[in-house]
Amino acid sequence: MRTFKGRVIAGGKWEGEAVVSHAGVNTLATFQKSAMANKSQVIVSDQNNPDIYGRNITGKALCLPVTIGSTTGGLVIQTVCAMNINPACFLFSKHIDSLAASGIVLAKVWEGSNVIAIDMLGDEFLDTVKTGDRIRVDEDGTVTLL
Amino acid sequence: MDFKMKLTDEQLGILNGERGETLAKVMRTLVLFGDVFGAEKLVPVTHKQGHLVTSFGIGLLKPLFRTMDELIEAGLKAEGGFTVDPRPIDYANVKCNLLEKLVFNKFMYSQQARYEEQLSKVGLRDADAFSCTCYLPETGNVPAKGDVLSWAESSAVVYANSVLGARCNRNSGMLDLFGSIVGFVPYFGLLTDEGRKASWKVYVKTSAKPEAQVLGSAIGMKVVEDVPYVYGLDKFLGGELNDETKAYLKDFGAATASNGAVGLYHIDGLTPEAKEQGEDLILPEARTYVIDDAELERVYRSYPVMWKDASAKAKLCFIGCPHLTYSQLVGWTNAIRGALSAAGRRKVAVRTVLCTSPGVAKRFKATPQYAALTETGATLTSICPLMYTNNPLTKGTPIATNSNKLRTYSVARYYMDKDMLRVIAGEDK
Repeated sequence: MRTFKGRVIAGGKWEGEAVVSHAGVNTLATFQKSAMANKSQVIVSDQNNPDIYGRNITGKALCLPVTIGSTTGGLVIQTVCAMNINPACFLFSKHIDSLAASGIVLAKVWEGSNVIAIDMLGDEFLDTVKTGDRIRVDEDGTVTLL
Repeated sequence: MDFKMKLTDEQLGILNGERGETLAKVMRTLVLFGDVFGAEKLVPVTHKQGHLVTSFGIGLLKPLFRTMDELIEAGLKAEGGFTVDPRPIDYANVKCNLLEKLVFNKFMYSQQARYEEQLSKVGLRDADAFSCTCYLPETGNVPAKGDVLSWAESSAVVYANSVLGARCNRNSGMLDLFGSIVGFVPYFGLLTDEGRKASWKVYVKTSAKPEAQVLGSAIGMKVVEDVPYVYGLDKFLGGELNDETKAYLKDFGAATASNGAVGLYHIDGLTPEAKEQGEDLILPEARTYVIDDAELERVYRSYPVMWKDASAKAKLCFIGCPHLTYSQLVGWTNAIRGALSAAGRRKVAVRTVLCTSPGVAKRFKATPQYAALTETGATLTSICPLMYTNNPLTKGTPIATNSNKLRTYSVARYYMDKDMLRVIAGEDK
């Protein structure tokens, strides 16, 4: 079992399946289609991100370097958390970016979301974890590949 | 709630709900956000007029409308008012077919009227406040050097930081409004002297003045979110910030911010902090990037053509992302007329839309130049072209643009200015 220690942005204990994007996740492009169609799950709609395009990420651990794209990104994360179709965890290999941080904070404060966010897990984390891996997240920001 | 930053008694009072639960939530959001970036304190917003990025009532953002209602219910507003990014729709000047209108009205921007009403209640300045170039005199939201801002819209933030010497982080939608309401923002990143130091030295060694949008794109892709200090551009732009250089830097900056995530750049001998502090702005460990003709060509050739049929002819041209300055609008009018005349045409060969702020449009329409432009068949609008291209039905239209920002966020194809003129004049064989 490999473990990685990150910084807790929004803590929680969780176990489930990983979905991995090696490129920055364009928030609006990723969530737009499912959120606009009021779906109960997010099927990634960003055709420019082959790692996660077409995958269901609701209730999964989205493993990513950072988010990229439009400054609506924070609002989009708040929205999918309000709709309860968000990834259960956002696991960032790098320092969280300002748009994702806004989204996580907005979701916690304004929606009472239990979304988990851990950052600074390191490049090795993203090189190691694979889509479909089972992982455990602990309150202190430890991520274990099971 | 746990937080690390030090707050004043006034800020603590707000956080503890002394001025109501909703304002406490606004404050809690800013404090938690600042904590993520190690902000030690909140500092006052000194330029009171805000700028918001979210100008479109897109149906999916339901929490946005609910949060706005909560702010309004609590009687909260941005006391200094705010400008906001462009509206999404202008059917009179950017025509759509019935099906496209249906998608825009019923699915994409179904909440536009409701949202604009909400914006008015929380501090929207006036009906002419919709532009990404709020910092130009015609829109008049112009911060002074050293001012602390609570703005979003990446192209406006990078302009305010770099050309005006104001201080603003790259904020997300909603946090821009929160900072304007509470009057404080977290002190980190581009608000600090240290955060404004350059970690890249960029040397421009091209044989002629580079296209602003390609140069900005090259630098954005290379430095991503770092601060570049650019040498060699003053040779082409001179040492004074006049209308022409400001317009160039507006387009250059928008490309650095969208093709990368640049929030501040320094131009040696030209931008205010570079003029004052020179190489003291450069960190000792700064990396180097040299841009010559070959590098610029490499970057330009790297842009993918996202049209369904890459060999198609453009059916729509958008010019003005970010919105054109007055001088640019006059320049494009003359250039389009010149290109049509040289091609023996009276009308544009491809539907052509120029985008500018309501204030610049008003000024331009009072001159004979407006008739000169519309005689060619080109139209003038104040929408955001990106919001037009967001419609799934318009994605099938081959759109040409000279904006690297629009190229990045849509399937529009990038053309340099001279090539745009060839397309418009029907000379793009």
